[in-house]
Amino acid sequence: MSRVRLLWRKSLNAVMLTLTGVAAFGVVSILFLILGYLIWNGGRSLNWDFFTQLPKPVGETGGGMANAIVGSLKLLLLAALVGLPVGLIAGVYLAEFGGKAFSFVVRYTTDLLNGVPSIVIGIFAYSLVVLPVKHFSTLAGGIALAIMVIPITVRATEEFLRAIPGSLREGAMALGASKWRTIASVVLPAASGGIITGMLLALARVAGETAPLLFTAFSNRYWSPGWNQPIASLPVMIYTYAIAPYDDWHRQAWAAGLILLGLVLLANMGCRLVLNRRGITRSV
Amino acid sequence: MSTTSTTLEHTAPPSAGPRAFVQRLRQGDEVAHVITLTFAALILLITSLLVYELWINSHLSRTKFGLSFFWTQIWDPISGDFGALPFIYGTLVTSVVSLVIAVPLGLAAAIFLAELAPRRLSDGIAFLIDLLAAVPSVIYGLLGIFIVVPLMRTILGPALKAVLGDLPIFQGPNYGVGFLTAGIVLAIMIVPFIISVSREVLLTVPRDQREAALGLGATRWEATWKVVVPWARTGVMGSIFLALARALGETMAVTMVIGNDPKIKASLFAPGYTIAAVIANEFTEATGDLYLSSLIELGLVLFLMTFVLNGLARLLIIATDRGGGHPS
Repeated sequence: MSRVRLLWRKSLNAVMLTLTGVAAFGVVSILFLILGYLIWNGGRSLNWDFFTQLPKPVGETGGGMANAIVGSLKLLLLAALVGLPVGLIAGVYLAEFGGKAFSFVVRYTTDLLNGVPSIVIGIFAYSLVVLPVKHFSTLAGGIALAIMVIPITVRATEEFLRAIPGSLREGAMALGASKWRTIASVVLPAASGGIITGMLLALARVAGETAPLLFTAFSNRYWSPGWNQPIASLPVMIYTYAIAPYDDWHRQAWAAGLILLGLVLLANMGCRLVLNRRGITRSV
Repeated sequence: MSTTSTTLEHTAPPSAGPRAFVQRLRQGDEVAHVITLTFAALILLITSLLVYELWINSHLSRTKFGLSFFWTQIWDPISGDFGALPFIYGTLVTSVVSLVIAVPLGLAAAIFLAELAPRRLSDGIAFLIDLLAAVPSVIYGLLGIFIVVPLMRTILGPALKAVLGDLPIFQGPNYGVGFLTAGIVLAIMIVPFIISVSREVLLTVPRDQREAALGLGATRWEATWKVVVPWARTGVMGSIFLALARALGETMAVTMVIGNDPKIKASLFAPGYTIAAVIANEFTEATGDLYLSSLIELGLVLFLMTFVLNGLARLLIIATDRGGGHPS
């Protein structure tokens, strides 16, 4: 009897352990499936026109997404200009100045802001920027993305500042530096590599966001000069082209998907490799 | 004013008086403190403003429909009747489907990575899973439309009907798009979060817990399932809550594969609609203030759902970090 039970326990052990391995490798293989499928479909559809041409009128084949590529870059630039400084300085507060209770509240709120669905951020940016002036604009899209950049930057900055050993701060202070001088000339430079990587990760994450742009930046089939007009972006173009009934648009959606995913994954891989080498693996 | 005095309390030496404060002011410390504090407070301001804008801009819909908004099934922009029930239903159903698929899969993978795989292999796989989490949702939508939907129409759907066709959730026509397809795509999207958070939590379980179980003669699986996982359960629950919050708020991928039909159907093959999807689809076309206001109220509902879940998840994870998550 007990031998049967032992056999049962051992086989259950073997089966379950195998299953966990299958689950892990199964999930990882999804990544390669996605990559392979995009490279296969997108690679066939990529051509020089994609990078240099404007979209053709509905019904004509050919054309490209030059305006959407520039559009995505402009939106990211705005998000970086607005979101990164706010996140950085707030992160410095949490790591270097914060008192206990207030820091806890800020940290908790930051995490909650980070968890707000991106479509809701879109509504927020719409009511802040679009409603008062009554038209979609690059500015509104940039603000929406900036709001998403802030919480990620805050937590990355705080984390990397905390990783700097206290002896470094004490050394600077012992030489007579004031606290802010210590932070600005010693602590921040020491943590700068990690902080910049964290910022890049934040930008890579919002680069693929579609939902907050739908009714802030909207879209545009032409160039969008200045900051005050609707603007095309790669994620929104992928969405519109994928749900449209034209084969040629599907082809271009694949090409755009390949470019977007390629950029996002390269940025992520680069950043994470740098972070892993520094022995920081958590939470960004 | 109060902030400066609190800093003095815990940073200045005991003998320091007003002179020390003036000196610190001259050196710029107090200025730097106030500037960084302002930016930290800005985050609180942004979050409060977000709630305020959602609340104010949904005023029209809130006053017209009141609580009946939540149990009305009609969504008719032409007659101006708006009810949230089909969207709340769709959001919950797709999220539950995704959890049913993603939780066992994610937990199993996390157990493998934390308990069985050698450290280097585990780190390598965790790295790839982090990359999977970074894939933009519109890409999942693209693959959903062109892979999962046809697969559901031709293979997966018929197979499910053949095996489990007696259950009401697997009856009715199968168009390829619908609750089940959306749930599957969502599951793929949230599984990386469950894995990476659960793995971290499992790795914090003390080594002697495992050794004690193994020493008593437990098999590897028994030690993991009966000792390590229960020890980490609070954190694992936290990871599931986080994943659920993501699933509720996920927009693009769901919009592209759910069929966008505001109906409540028992069948998982039926096309449906979610809160996020209806906002994405109809916001720019919303004619009339009441229509827009109803969409914004849906946004408010979605915000509150994810807000509560995220809050709970963070508390659970904090509790585990402090070691309060295990039976002692």
